[in-house]
Amino acid sequence: MAEPLLAIRGLAKRFGGLRATDGVDLAVAEGETHAIIGPNGAGKTTLIGQLAGDLRPDAGTMRFGGRDVTALDAPARSRLGLARSFQITSIFRDLTVLDNVALAVQAHAGHSFRFWRPARADQALGAPARAVLASVGLDTRADVLAANLAHGEQRQLEVAMALATKPRLLLLDEPVAGMGLEESQRMVRFLGALKGRLTIVLVEHDMDVVFMLADRVSVMVYGRIIATGTPAEVRANAAVRKAYLGEDTAA
Amino acid sequence: MRRRPRALVIVAGLLLLALVPPAAAALDQPFYVDLFRRMMIFALAALSLDLILGYGGMVSFGHAAYLGVGAYAVGILGFYGIESGFIQWPVAILASALAALVIGAVSLRTSGVSFIMITLAFAQMLYYLGISLETFGGDNGMPLRTRSRFGPLDLRNPYAFYYLVLALLTLLLFLGSRFVNARFGMVIRAAKSNEPRARAIGFSPYRYKLTAFVMSGGMCGLAGALLANQTEYLTPDFMHWTRSGEIMFMVILGGIGTLFGPVVGAVVLLLLEDVLSALTAHWQIILGPFLVLVVLFAKRGLFGLVPEAGERRG
Repeated sequence: MAEPLLAIRGLAKRFGGLRATDGVDLAVAEGETHAIIGPNGAGKTTLIGQLAGDLRPDAGTMRFGGRDVTALDAPARSRLGLARSFQITSIFRDLTVLDNVALAVQAHAGHSFRFWRPARADQALGAPARAVLASVGLDTRADVLAANLAHGEQRQLEVAMALATKPRLLLLDEPVAGMGLEESQRMVRFLGALKGRLTIVLVEHDMDVVFMLADRVSVMVYGRIIATGTPAEVRANAAVRKAYLGEDTAA
Repeated sequence: MRRRPRALVIVAGLLLLALVPPAAAALDQPFYVDLFRRMMIFALAALSLDLILGYGGMVSFGHAAYLGVGAYAVGILGFYGIESGFIQWPVAILASALAALVIGAVSLRTSGVSFIMITLAFAQMLYYLGISLETFGGDNGMPLRTRSRFGPLDLRNPYAFYYLVLALLTLLLFLGSRFVNARFGMVIRAAKSNEPRARAIGFSPYRYKLTAFVMSGGMCGLAGALLANQTEYLTPDFMHWTRSGEIMFMVILGGIGTLFGPVVGAVVLLLLEDVLSALTAHWQIILGPFLVLVVLFAKRGLFGLVPEAGERRG
């Protein structure tokens, strides 16, 4: 079998006495959409932070695209093709929507020690940025300040920024959090269309979203992955029902 | 055609500055050439601070250090008989850029209040270093033997010196506007706006911020070289923290992150100081509340009151 695109072994992070992640093993194959579910406080966001390179693990290794990336920081991982969205919307609020996406293009277009040509007139940045905006349906909002977008649009912008880096792996931390029903359905359709073209790791509370999108699901409880399998397998797993689904289906 | 009110104000402002010497001559008030030249030198220092403060979010509270390093470079070289400006000024720029490299390399590993305090501490260290340099006058300072020599361009001619400063200010405003709008400028803006986001999309902001910091230090060093020639005197007071505060106030008063705002801020602040101190010895009692009012009611500074071209909100 080919090496998985993402492979982590024994990943651990402690915050004082709290073991946020406690020996996580996970393998995600190229093209797979892999959801990570679990009750609040299970360590899912910590795991995303470790995958993205924001949090240094206390133990464990991570391989991505066939190389060991354990020691690489977030910018270096991004340049290798690992893109993320944040649970709490994180955008450049005081720049325009187009600027936000063009910056993501720029970060992957060589070094930025360029002092002369105006970046906003540079079609090498603007054209791909507009194409990505059109793909998420934000093209008519290109010149608006990002801060003035509606909440759902800001979530779309997050995803657009991640996509503009041409990632191999997309880490999505609750992409439909705080969205209305209609926006949320649109986002799910959009992510569904990405399925297969990209590898996606998705942390999500909304079980409908998870079961609609995921090829495989991992269940995380107290910093450990207690089960991994297809959505049907996970739903049938007794330990999972006990630890999670039974008590938290309303979330 | 798009209306560009800010560009109009900038062109008008620079033209007015160009008209100061003939106006002063016509009014028989040569003193104003001296005053406005001083304003432009501080405008250059404030502009250099705005590049990193306004666009990169780096609150350097020790910018007077580079002013001092530039001035000392000119004064010390002159003291040892090297009077050519072609040597003095590049040395002033390089020495202050080097100081900024060392200070920035350390300070930029911190952020927020720590960054402010560390830049302030470094500047105070240089201030005390200046005081301890007895050879160069210690805390009394020392007069310059002569202004920098530039071949046929004689800086002892107040008009020649004035237009050289104006030309440098115009050039650096232009260069600054290229640099904040180029890819480089977009990176430091992104890092100011949201550093975790900038890292997540693949930027390593530290090296860009440090580069901007060094460029800003070098530019402020040039202002220091000009200031030494302006006052024809070298003193550690150039580096005192109150001077750093004054430069920062010029930026805030004129408008952070606007490039031309700091020029407006420098002119207004120094003009007020001049006018009010002629009225009363207690002029700071009037100046203080005025500045507070500006900050309260014009949050984007005086130049920020002029609308931007194509500004769209929505």
